[in-house]
Amino acid sequence: MEYKDYYKTLGLARDASQDEIKRTYRKLARKYHPDINKAADAEQKFKEVGEAYEVLSDPEKRAAYDKFGSNWQQGQDFKPPPNWDAGFEFSGADFGREGGADFSDFFSQLFGGGKFRQSGHYQTFHGRGQDQHARVVIPLTDAWHGSSRTFTLNRPEVDDSGHVINKQHTINVNIPEGVTEGQRIRLKGQGMAGTGQGANGDLYLEIGFEEHPLFHAEKRNIHLVLPVTPWEAALGATIETPTLGGRVKLKIPAGSQSGSRLRLKNRGLCSAGQSGDQIVTLKIVAPKAETPEQKELYQQMAKLMPMDPRAELERY
Amino acid sequence: MKKHIMSESCLLDESIICDLNELCELCNINTELVIEMINEGVISPAEPDQGQWLFGSLEIHRLQTAMRLQRDLRINLPGVALALDLLEELTELRRKCRRIADIR
Repeated sequence: MEYKDYYKTLGLARDASQDEIKRTYRKLARKYHPDINKAADAEQKFKEVGEAYEVLSDPEKRAAYDKFGSNWQQGQDFKPPPNWDAGFEFSGADFGREGGADFSDFFSQLFGGGKFRQSGHYQTFHGRGQDQHARVVIPLTDAWHGSSRTFTLNRPEVDDSGHVINKQHTINVNIPEGVTEGQRIRLKGQGMAGTGQGANGDLYLEIGFEEHPLFHAEKRNIHLVLPVTPWEAALGATIETPTLGGRVKLKIPAGSQSGSRLRLKNRGLCSAGQSGDQIVTLKIVAPKAETPEQKELYQQMAKLMPMDPRAELERY
Repeated sequence: MKKHIMSESCLLDESIICDLNELCELCNINTELVIEMINEGVISPAEPDQGQWLFGSLEIHRLQTAMRLQRDLRINLPGVALALDLLEELTELRRKCRRIADIR
């Protein structure tokens, strides 16, 4: 197993005081808490600092851990010497929240058994398993149509010998039509196993969307930026416009400006009881004047349609 | 139409409504703590009839996050309420930032 440098995890020197350990842990726990920090590796870091704190905050475990000395490097292959835990007084203080189930192999090898383990706790207690939460990312089109998807999630589990292993867990999930970003799907009983006769916890999947090259969703509305020519905007036009459900004809009213917004009703994320629209924002793209004739045309426009687009700016 | 939240697989969307008992069962929490959370503004249930609270998907999400923040970071309930409000604002601002970056 790999050696864990708990001092390095917390960014502390080996002679750090208990107060320093506590303060640093609290700060890092706030920083990496998965409800606060949305980075992909935040949960992993949160667990690592939790594990480091679990050992270093307890003077008994810290002393036992310190016995290995300071020559070990993070990640180095490690085997504890025989009877490494002999000669330490032990108060039987509460140890290993949730049985340390989220902690590393290193941790459970050293502290997951023998006198460091709470005795009898798991045999007599019936508790519902913990709910699990995971974020899954789906394409926008799946949210629009609804779909069935398979996700592989990592879940820490304790094996028969008491070691923590990251078990891959594959689930099939029906994505309902019209699901929106941030909504959650609850899968009953698919969370952590209960203890004793307690029921399993639930699994909550929070929906996120993959980046789409054209569309982005805001709640139930789908936004699209539609490039148009100056003459389409000025004279009006009917333009074939992409939507998540295929192309539809969109009428551009005469006199539209860049930034004008048009609404395609019920072309957003619609579910049985709720509907969303597609919001189309026009972006006027002016052609380049390259040939003498094209330049002449622009000059003619300047004469025929004089305008000051910066009139508003004059006041400042 | 009320969807059945305790079914095997359920999308927690705008149509989800549950009562106090269902909420307690769903979140594995006792009534007293829910009432405390309501009093501290952690969650704000709808109250269509006097004395009958109804909880939507936002309340369920806030309550579950509140329980984790309380357990993991030892934040008290007024602090949890503040953290949740700020987290919601942060999510909204991040979304807007992403949107502005997209336009550019």
